[in-house]
Amino acid sequence: MGRIIIKQERCKSCGLCLLACPKKLIKLSEKMNEQGVYPVEFSDSRNGECTGCALCAEVCPDVVIEVWR
Amino acid sequence: MKQVFRRPASLLDVPFHFCAGCHHGLIHRLVAEAIDHFELREKTIGVAGVGCAVFIYEYFDIDVLEAPHGRAPAVATGLKRVLPERIIFTYQGDGDLASIGMSEIMHTANRGENITVIFVNNTVYGMTGGQMAPTTLLGQETTTSPYGRDLQQAGYPFRMAELIASLGGASYSARVAVHNAAHVLKAKKIVRQAFEMQIKGKGFSFVEFLSACPTNWGMKPQQALARIENELIPFFPLGIFKESRE
Amino acid sequence: MEKRLFIRGNEALCRGAIKAGCRYYFGYPITPQNDIPEFFSKNLPKVEGCFIQAESEISSINMLLGAAAAGARAMTSSASPGISLMQEGISYMAGSELPGVIVNIMRSGPGLGGISASQGDYFQATRGGGHGDYRTIVLAPHSVQEMHDLAILAFDLADKYRNPVIILADAVLGQMQESMVERPLLPMSLPTKDWILTGASGRKPRLIKSLYLKEGEMERHNWKLFAKYQQMKKEEVRWETQLIEDAELIIVAFGTAARVSKSAIRIARTAGMKVGLLRPITLFPFPEEALAKIAQAGKKFLTVEMNTGQMVEDVRLAVGRPGEVFFYGHPPGSPPVPEEIWEEIKKVY
Repeated sequence: MGRIIIKQERCKSCGLCLLACPKKLIKLSEKMNEQGVYPVEFSDSRNGECTGCALCAEVCPDVVIEVWR
Repeated sequence: MKQVFRRPASLLDVPFHFCAGCHHGLIHRLVAEAIDHFELREKTIGVAGVGCAVFIYEYFDIDVLEAPHGRAPAVATGLKRVLPERIIFTYQGDGDLASIGMSEIMHTANRGENITVIFVNNTVYGMTGGQMAPTTLLGQETTTSPYGRDLQQAGYPFRMAELIASLGGASYSARVAVHNAAHVLKAKKIVRQAFEMQIKGKGFSFVEFLSACPTNWGMKPQQALARIENELIPFFPLGIFKESRE
Repeated sequence: MEKRLFIRGNEALCRGAIKAGCRYYFGYPITPQNDIPEFFSKNLPKVEGCFIQAESEISSINMLLGAAAAGARAMTSSASPGISLMQEGISYMAGSELPGVIVNIMRSGPGLGGISASQGDYFQATRGGGHGDYRTIVLAPHSVQEMHDLAILAFDLADKYRNPVIILADAVLGQMQESMVERPLLPMSLPTKDWILTGASGRKPRLIKSLYLKEGEMERHNWKLFAKYQQMKKEEVRWETQLIEDAELIIVAFGTAARVSKSAIRIARTAGMKVGLLRPITLFPFPEEALAKIAQAGKKFLTVEMNTGQMVEDVRLAVGRPGEVFFYGHPPGSPPVPEEIWEEIKKVY
């Protein structure tokens, strides 16, 4: 049982977290941030899929993800 | 629920200016995590090389000294000789360390100076716009090897981690990558081991990171990851090349 | 009890440095200053100091930069071509406001040149040498005693101004042996080093750098450095005069050229000529006002240098009447002798 918080204003949309999530719970947002990029967003609608493995946070070069478990 | 991943305390809460998909931010974070893990923040001094690496002082909450291009190992030597109980690390790119700074890194390692060197190898000169580096692969196109790095003209790329490992004064030399989660977790352990060598006074420690430079490789961040896996790792093998047991 | 020693100039300099509290030396062998690293290699360990024979002069100046940032009194030495290699490091030290002492035992040049004494690095020492708008204080000894005394002064001035200081000597001064006394200098009141890097324990982290990219920063920094150099010009000018009061012709010379000129002046005075000497001890800041004052009294000047004309430009600038400044140059190969300067005195008197 886990969840993540993404600092969308700092996200540069590199997409590395997208690849890292074993459950594919991260996707590109359709809303642009103030930097002019489409940041990623957490989409755990089927609540409880996220295990808090933190692999997304581990690969993020901009330290924009915080993880709870 | 409790928080299991947060920004390390030694990393200032400011946005990184690096390009999207650049691994500098990740590597900065791993170094900061090691500093936090051993509670070194108040006794660490960082020495910045020149290149995209020069801005470590914007991101690390520690004392930082800026060195001329290539000279960080010599500058770090001066610092460490005066302050042997402090933790000193340099943070350098491939031009800084393996081109203009080749003499300083070899001699500093050979003397066994008890410092840690973080070497970010992305096979190009990043800050200056993508020129050929000493670690550029044969055939790789850069702004100063537009037809691909040619053996006759430019020689072979350097394998720094192996070279350092061959020197008596080096206590630890390893190469890691950070292009996927499994490698990041491995790299985290290795960075810790490198700093532990310094804490224990074992001598010179060295970690080479294979890193992405999507902008100067002309690739998107995710393509850049594939290049690391398919092109860089075959030539720059990952592993620990030297680990002093004494 | 002051100890009297009969030693080489290079050794006297080392002894002065150790007296001043210098405990870190980084250097590379080059003739004619090898006595310096050799002395330190033997004697720094005895005072729990640190000696490193670095892999190059480039590495040496950068080790000095690091040690200075950590708050230590540290120095390096070399001779002309090695000092050329250090220019970037010196510029960085000036830009980062780091203290340190750099000794140049001048040999001949340009290029590989030779190992005999010269004064060919005057421009290099006083006109930057490295890039950017900076100055270093330049001290010019002319005796083994001064090699000792000015070494101590160099460390004090470096700390007072947070700036590199160059000691400009030459092969003759470095190699000659003379009687000297290991005496202390008057203690100087120096600011606390509250900027050094020691690990941010119990305080905010500090940064030492010379990179300024933000709007207006670079300009402000340059004016800040400029103000420092203006203060040096006001407070640190040093020079020696001999037989100046009634002199009609004043020789301006530094270092070994000044020593030889002193002998030539004795010959001239014996022949009834009123010749005197003004010997700059600081080449930066240059004794412009002292020269200008003498010039106002309508005197003639003869600049004597072991090069083909460098300090003479500063003499002309200070004096302001180019016609009355003569130049005698003796480029390297062998030191000048008093007789040849005496011949020149006769020509221009």
